[in-house]
Amino acid sequence: MPIKTEPVTVNIGPQHPSTHGVFRLRVTFDGELILDVEPVFGYLHRGTEKLAEERNYVQVVTLTDRLDYVASMTNNQAYCLAVEKLMGIEVPERAKYLRVITAELQRVASHLVATGFFLQDLGALGTPLMYCFRERERILDLFEMLCGARITVSYMRPGGVFFDAPEDFWPRLRQLLRELPSYIGELEQLLMENEILLIRTRNVAVLSMERAIECSTSGPVLRASGMRWDWRKADPYDVYDKVEFDVPVGSNGDNLDRFWIRMQEMRQSLRIVDQCLDQIPVGPVRTELPLVLRPPAGAEAYARVESPKGELGFYLVSDGGISPYRCKIRSPSLLNLHVTKDLLVGWKLADMIVSLGSVDINMGEVDR
Amino acid sequence: MTRVLGGDELVQRLRQGHADAIDEEGDSVIWVKPESIVEVMTFLKGDAELQLGYLNAVTAVDFIDHFEMIYHLTSFEKNHGAVVKARLYSRDEPTIPSVVGVWPGAELQEREVWDLMGVRFSGHPNHKRIMLWEGFEGHPLRRDFEDVVQY
Repeated sequence: MPIKTEPVTVNIGPQHPSTHGVFRLRVTFDGELILDVEPVFGYLHRGTEKLAEERNYVQVVTLTDRLDYVASMTNNQAYCLAVEKLMGIEVPERAKYLRVITAELQRVASHLVATGFFLQDLGALGTPLMYCFRERERILDLFEMLCGARITVSYMRPGGVFFDAPEDFWPRLRQLLRELPSYIGELEQLLMENEILLIRTRNVAVLSMERAIECSTSGPVLRASGMRWDWRKADPYDVYDKVEFDVPVGSNGDNLDRFWIRMQEMRQSLRIVDQCLDQIPVGPVRTELPLVLRPPAGAEAYARVESPKGELGFYLVSDGGISPYRCKIRSPSLLNLHVTKDLLVGWKLADMIVSLGSVDINMGEVDR
Repeated sequence: MTRVLGGDELVQRLRQGHADAIDEEGDSVIWVKPESIVEVMTFLKGDAELQLGYLNAVTAVDFIDHFEMIYHLTSFEKNHGAVVKARLYSRDEPTIPSVVGVWPGAELQEREVWDLMGVRFSGHPNHKRIMLWEGFEGHPLRRDFEDVVQY
């Protein structure tokens, strides 16, 4: 006969190594069974949307770096696409390719972080995380060659990118492309046959496709639940219509699928970069624009990209001035958090951290 | 490419049975009356021709004389999107029915709009502040908000 105990409410976070930032969960337990979950956040709220209203259109690029700080390139890209849509700016072909190359490298870097921390959450302390970080470091080195910064890159600008890649960037990138696939294969072989990992993640925290869609989830969380939807395919921006790639889709919507999809997406990203290297034309990398941009009054634009976490959108409204009248950021991490209750309730304490890790949230983006 | 539906296409569909809900028609957007937002959303989600089953974003803009609510929708089946807006003229107590009943995913976004913009959502299951703490005065994303703390 199961023993009934009094429900206990436990506070997890805001400072806790497994919450990936300053994030707090108020969890009600019956023994070690989770009865209720309430996410509490706002600890990293910096008011990015308000700050954007006081800066000009180019200066806002630096704010976007600090949203999802493990994937700054895609944040830059989403914002620049929104400004270009707002003003009808044409981007040179070479700049579009550079954007796609850096965005895909950033996706690999972000997924490596997600995978590393997911394994850390599972109890594989240190080693796999360091393996993942080792490879991520090499991608950050490439970013450093491009723009001097590793994390807060601010590499893209409305109308193109900040600077063309230096000569020695290309051989380094080719070398990375040669070596990374075998590394990903090694990681996959090591993990996908690991019995502990399989038992801990298979059929744990299952999210149905209907629920994933009605809760507005996006990215790997949505695709793991079986929905084949990727904004790079559905609404190609920059040069995604000129490259070939597959969209991996899960079947179960469990922790294993969310983990597996990230592994597969890394391969696809490298495939895209490889094709871009063959196709990239020579030419200018930035459209000549006035120093201060003034979109027409009353103009509005919503642009989105498939960021590593999901659909990252910027909604800009202009009043004819030099800064956005309103800058709304549709953050994938915040919306993916809505399903925490579906993922955690009914599971045990030990699965809680793992399931949260499989969603891959970033607090810089949740709180903005 | 994801096509954004024209305002005229949306109006044409909505005319059958929901003509009263339409406020104004734009190029690629429709304005609906705030009190019928739930009715319109339920229709757009369930309509066999539109199938707008995914809510991308909920947000609000402060135009001083009115607030504008903006809903971005997408159909995965048809690969098209739609923009639905509603105008709220009250400054002290702008209120609009919550669409959480149609899309549970709107919950956190509506709380955010309440917290930062001060728009109330009637029928919201958990109407609390989200980024700021309870007891914070004012709504910072309003255009007339003045920060009392000077550094």
